[in-house]
Amino acid sequence: MSELFYDAAPNATRVAPDRAGPRSYPEKPAEVTLFGTCVMDLFFPEAGLDAIRLLEREGVRVHFPQEQSCCGQPAWTSGYVKETREVARAQLDLLDNGLPVVVPSGSCAGMFREHYPEVFADEPDTLKRVADLAERTYELTEFLLHVCNVQWQDAGEPTQVALHTSCSARREMNTHLHARELLGKLDKVERLDHDHESECCGFGGTFSVRMPEVAGAMVLDKTRALRESGAAEMVTADGGCLMNINGSLDKQKQSFRGRHLASFLWERVSGEAPS
Amino acid sequence: MSQRIPVTELTDSFRGRAKEALEDSQLRTNFRVAMDSLMRKRADAFPDEEEREGLRELGNRIKAGALSRLPDLLEQLETRLTENGVKVHWAETTEEANQIVHGIIKSKQGSQVVKGKSMVSEEMEMNDFLAERDIECLESDMGEYIVQLDGEKPSHIIMPAIHKNRRQVSKLFHDKLGVAETDDVNELIRIGRRTLRTKFMEADVGVSGVNFAIAETGTLLLVENEGNGRMSTTAPPVHVAVTGIEKVVENLRDVVPLVSLLTRSALGQPITTYVNMISGPRKPDELDGPEEVHLVLLDNGRSDAFADAQMRQTLNCIRCGACMNHCPVYTRVGGHTYGEVYPGPIGKIITPHMVGLHQVPDHPSASSLCGACGEVCPVKIPIPELLQRLRQENVKSPAEHPKVDGGAKYSRKERAVWRIWVALNTRPTLYRLFLWAATRFGKLTPKNVGPWTENHTAPVPARRSLHDLARDHLSSQQKQGGQS
Repeated sequence: MSELFYDAAPNATRVAPDRAGPRSYPEKPAEVTLFGTCVMDLFFPEAGLDAIRLLEREGVRVHFPQEQSCCGQPAWTSGYVKETREVARAQLDLLDNGLPVVVPSGSCAGMFREHYPEVFADEPDTLKRVADLAERTYELTEFLLHVCNVQWQDAGEPTQVALHTSCSARREMNTHLHARELLGKLDKVERLDHDHESECCGFGGTFSVRMPEVAGAMVLDKTRALRESGAAEMVTADGGCLMNINGSLDKQKQSFRGRHLASFLWERVSGEAPS
Repeated sequence: MSQRIPVTELTDSFRGRAKEALEDSQLRTNFRVAMDSLMRKRADAFPDEEEREGLRELGNRIKAGALSRLPDLLEQLETRLTENGVKVHWAETTEEANQIVHGIIKSKQGSQVVKGKSMVSEEMEMNDFLAERDIECLESDMGEYIVQLDGEKPSHIIMPAIHKNRRQVSKLFHDKLGVAETDDVNELIRIGRRTLRTKFMEADVGVSGVNFAIAETGTLLLVENEGNGRMSTTAPPVHVAVTGIEKVVENLRDVVPLVSLLTRSALGQPITTYVNMISGPRKPDELDGPEEVHLVLLDNGRSDAFADAQMRQTLNCIRCGACMNHCPVYTRVGGHTYGEVYPGPIGKIITPHMVGLHQVPDHPSASSLCGACGEVCPVKIPIPELLQRLRQENVKSPAEHPKVDGGAKYSRKERAVWRIWVALNTRPTLYRLFLWAATRFGKLTPKNVGPWTENHTAPVPARRSLHDLARDHLSSQQKQGGQS
């Protein structure tokens, strides 16, 4: 049906630079910007604060621009390009100061790095700024591991956790590998695998409300696998999955819960009880 | 466009069919078990990650290269095939393709057709077209034979009857063929084979698909595991191959990596049991083979996809089915839920150019964009990116997409909601006011907030936002820093 593709866009061809191969990391900077993400802002703010504390513990000064809002991902995955662009531009302007940007959510970091080039494909001048932002953007676990090179003393009691990684964090930011390695630095934490670990939890942004039956079946399977892993709790570096998984567990009246990896890590290394 | 026959009598929407499939625990078990096994087989077939990625890159380059020269290669293919004695036919629509096939059968006064597995013939609904003209078209692939016997459509492009387990097949054979029930898979296969064996000998025409059409030599390559493909293409006096125009590749050298990618991605096999290379009818000094060979090249919207730089990538597809094997949605709802010939992630991105996006508006949304499909695609089709593109087409307003009076999912109301979202997220004062209100009145969140609360409790905003916590924390840090 040709009319559906009448505006065949040669400019829709992917323009993002080929990111094949391992990323090279800079020396630890003195200052960074934290991009808190909209989900964390409203639903898991304490995890955002724990991310700040983890960074400060490594001697990095954290800025949190009060003008930040959302990376634009919800509109992007829903097909609203113009709307995405407007919101993305606001973040781009805000983050245009050359500081590294640390994001406690792999999918939002992936949005900056992988999808902003698609969002601004029509604007060559903006694309330069987009490429610059992409170079400076790090997901939290990646930054702690490869830029801060953290060396931690585990101050907590022995425990077992299951790790869930969001799909975009896994495929765009390698967060599963970074998070595993960080957990591996805690000598009293054992990470337990769960069934179909790499499978999606069924969140997918608006997918979970557009296709609630399928998404519901997915999150039910995911929560069952997590509970049956034998772990005391689940940790994840993504707010969206966390909201999905905990919301489902609560609905099922299960006591098992997940929490943001930043909060878990902060508790382990600071020895402070969760706030 | 031909009238599409509904796959089942279920509610006529993806969501409705998905709901029914999800409640069918046998179906869900059948798919989960089968897909898990296929994922493992593929993983085992590519033990070396570097080799796999190199091969995928090569596969992508070969297909993209062939597509960039598509018109030339098709012309070359026709010339070579004609020189080899194969008659080439062009069909723009499935209706035309069916007419051509019917014409060939009629010219031979044929009434019986035996068919090797071909998804393009499914796309054409060839069996129904021929049945309406009193021509019996029997499926000879075991899976296809099973679904045909049960009056169903394939639920997977490689394993058409994967939605059934052995007991269900046994019962079907018992009901339809009057044989005793058995749990022995080999016995079930023997039952099917006995029926088919005579049909191969009696058939007037054999129909098959094509995996790769090689332009340089005029060769039709067909992979299969049951030998039914070889029987269908050699036993009857006439062989008619049907395929999409995107299956053409430049030369035999290109085929080597593509076949390896195909068989390893599909079933984890280093190579299939049979690899047929057909390059013409029986020659005067040869003892067997068909007297006539025809190739029907079908467009059916493929040239529209070809004209779009982004959607052209869908034509890379070599029909291995790995995307469905790895799809968390397909695994749970099965192939029939999609209601179209091609299910799963690949179906979602190729069905729109075949039947129109307006016919399948829910398909692009039936994905969490998890990316598993794109990760395993042997020819690196960026499936999630293309799903996103279709979502964009879906929500275009009539002004943005006048030719179709707007996308099928365009709604003023939804657009207005996103405009409000933009206002909130581009005006810091407004955003912070929103945070203030949400955190203050968060406890008032209603218990029921639409589809979300079918599977979750309603999310309750924290009492203080990260904006607030961070501001307080950072200013106190600064004060401490100033004092020390």
